[in-house]
This record gives sequence, structure tokens and C-alpha cells, in this order.
Amino acid sequence: MTIGLGHYLVVAACLFTLGIFGIFLNRKNVIVILLSIELMLLAVNINFVAFSHFNGDLVGQVFALFVLTVAAAESAIGLAIMVVYFRNRGSIAVEDINMMKG
Amino acid sequence: MASALFFYFFAVLAVASGAMVILTKNPVHAVLFLILAFFNAAGLFVLLNAEFLAMLLVVVYVGAVSVLFLFVVMMLDVDFAELKAGFIKNAKVGALIGGIVLAEILALVGYRGLTVAAATNAASPVPPASSGITNTQALGELLYTKYVYFFEGAGMILLVAMIGAIVLTLKHREGVKRQSISAQVARGPKTGMEVIKVPSGGSVIPPAVKHPEAAE
Repeated sequence: MTIGLGHYLVVAACLFTLGIFGIFLNRKNVIVILLSIELMLLAVNINFVAFSHFNGDLVGQVFALFVLTVAAAESAIGLAIMVVYFRNRGSIAVEDINMMKG
Repeated sequence: MASALFFYFFAVLAVASGAMVILTKNPVHAVLFLILAFFNAAGLFVLLNAEFLAMLLVVVYVGAVSVLFLFVVMMLDVDFAELKAGFIKNAKVGALIGGIVLAEILALVGYRGLTVAAATNAASPVPPASSGITNTQALGELLYTKYVYFFEGAGMILLVAMIGAIVLTLKHREGVKRQSISAQVARGPKTGMEVIKVPSGGSVIPPAVKHPEAAE
């Protein structure tokens, strides 16, 4: 029994869906939303590496490297914003984050 | 056969821990399950002959990003039970949209036309195993030549993220006495000394001593 491209794509699809589901499930908790975004980016990376392997092309791995970079930068900035928000408001509930409009 | 066994092992564990990330009540446990998910994804990468990316995932995610998350989760004193309200109500909408997305992706994967053959005209083909070039060396030779500008751009993104995080979280405290070198150097006899005429038989309460540092 050989493991083909489809198997990896199914795993990535499951992880991506879990990420989307997590954002809806924990709509108030910013920390879990950030974790869900990390899960979705991981799924994208699995897709890139799987296609890179089965196509015999290294560029997919190079792109996965850049996705990893952007994901790290995003989580650092997101956590920094969250810490500042918590310092100002004493809560991290997403529903309160609408005072920036207007 | 063994590789198929390992694939199912890593895949099932990755998906299960991904589910635990979003379902568990305690965010500390969620971060720990995220570490487990990334570790299993690294195992999948090893199965795909992407050893460098697998090690990068372990070092960067398990070593740095997850620890950052753990720090923040443990530092913030948040009432997480309160944030769980509306869990069931949101679950229905989430299950609907998540189910649609999953069905669409699975339909696309199951579509027979998607199966790829090993490309004959790959832009940067993977070196054959007989050439003795490791994955890390092949990736480095590609990254530092053909994609060097993108590599520099990635470094710039990380620099901006670092500066942004520092600027956002830096707190200027009030009432902290700091050394001001320029004020100390600029202090001379004119500002540092004062001659007070004391009337004979009387007394003078000296005014509050003015330090040049306190002026700012």
C-alpha cells in the first residue's frame, strides 16, 4: 500500500477545516483564534511540501519556508497587540475590540 | 509498508491534536496540543524527504513560537471560563461552514484529474538520491542563488515584526529616575551653584534645589 499525494492532501484539508472550525468555535478568545490560524498555515505548508515531493520540484519547499517566516512574524505581532490590548482593557474578549472604528 | 504505517501514525496524531487545540477548555493545554500537532507535521515532512523543513518546524515552532504563546497565555490573567460562553451556538455555524469547506476540498482531492505525475520540466528539480546531495544542501543552493532577494525580503519581514513587537509592548514608566548624560555635561557653575544673601540676624530657607535632570 503506497501513500500518494491524495493522502497528504486529505490530512491538510482536515487540519485546515479544524482551523476554520476553531475560529468559529472560540470567537471570543483571541489566543485560540491565533492558534487556529497557525493550524491553517500548517495545513498550507503540508500541501506545499507534499506537492513539492510528488512533483519533484524544490520550489514548493522554498515557498513553505517563506510561509513559515510570515507565520512567525504574524504570531509575534498578534501576541504583542494582544498584550497591549489586555494592558489597556483588562480583557481579551474579541467582542470588545470595536472601539477603533470611527 | 513501514512508511505507510508511519504516515497513518503521524497523520492521525496530527489531526487529533489539531482537534484538541480548538476543543480543550484550558488555553495552556491548547498550546501544548499545538506543539504536538507541529511535531507530527514535522514527522510527515520527514516522510516527504523534506528534512530541513521538518527540523525548522521543530526549532522555530516548538522552540520559539509555542513558547511565546505559552508565555503570553500564562502571563495574562484572563478568566477563560467566561470566554467560553456561546460555545454551542457558535459550534453550529462553525460546523456548517467547516463542513462545507472540508467537503469542497475533499471533492477536489478526490477528483481524478488532479493526480500529478512527476514533472519533467520542474523549475528546480529535486536532486536524485544517488547524487549524494542532501535536502539541506539542495535547498540552500536554491535559496541563496535563485531566490536570494526573496530570502532578504523574508529577513526584512522578520526585522519589521521584531521592531513592531518591541515598540508595541515597550512601556514608558512615569517617575523613574534615569541618568541623563547630556544634562550632567551641560551643568556648570551657573546652574549648579547659587549665592544666597543671608541677612544678619535672620535666616533663609533655601529654595528647593533645582536639578537640571528634573526639568525634563
